[in-house]
Amino acid sequence: MGIIVHALSWLCLLGGSFFVLAGGIGMMRLPDVYTRSHAAGMTDTLGAGLILIGLMIQGGFTLITVKLVLILMFIIFTSPTSTHALIHTAHASGIGPELAENSDEENTESKT
Amino acid sequence: MFTAATAAIMVTMALALVRSFLGPTIYDRILAVNMFGTKTVLMISVLGFLMGRPEFLDIALVYALINFVGTIAMLKYFKYGDLGIGPTSSEDRR
Repeated sequence: MGIIVHALSWLCLLGGSFFVLAGGIGMMRLPDVYTRSHAAGMTDTLGAGLILIGLMIQGGFTLITVKLVLILMFIIFTSPTSTHALIHTAHASGIGPELAENSDEENTESKT
Repeated sequence: MFTAATAAIMVTMALALVRSFLGPTIYDRILAVNMFGTKTVLMISVLGFLMGRPEFLDIALVYALINFVGTIAMLKYFKYGDLGIGPTSSEDRR
């Protein structure tokens, strides 16, 4: 395997690790459930996608890559579904988004 | 390089676990557990490459399926209060 393919794989793995870490930090620091769902969804799509693509480059044209493609397709289909169901349920149960204290004044000022 | 990816995923799993303990509402906890499960799938995949045994990918595939079904079942339970209830059967009960 050439050095260029290895470097591409490492780049994908490192990028995925960065997005996964950013999502984890966002999970701790963001204020309410709606913004935290953004952090979780970002790690599910971009972080998982980049890490699995990096592993696919390492795997080559084998059965391993087929399994990785299956995992990636499944994560891509199910992650937005579960996030949407969770946020829909949270919104239906009456939890509102946490707004800033002066957000109403800012909204009225921007409208006028 | 697999070690770095494994370390990043482990740190994120620890942060998600802390959020699932701290979370003010039940939906924070469900979101954190869902994220923990997805990170587990990623970590099994990377560990298979790190240890030279890519057969772990089958386990990762099964874990992804179980994680999705578990999250949807938990949400349905907290929304309707019953797992066997549906849109048609709820109308029948009324």
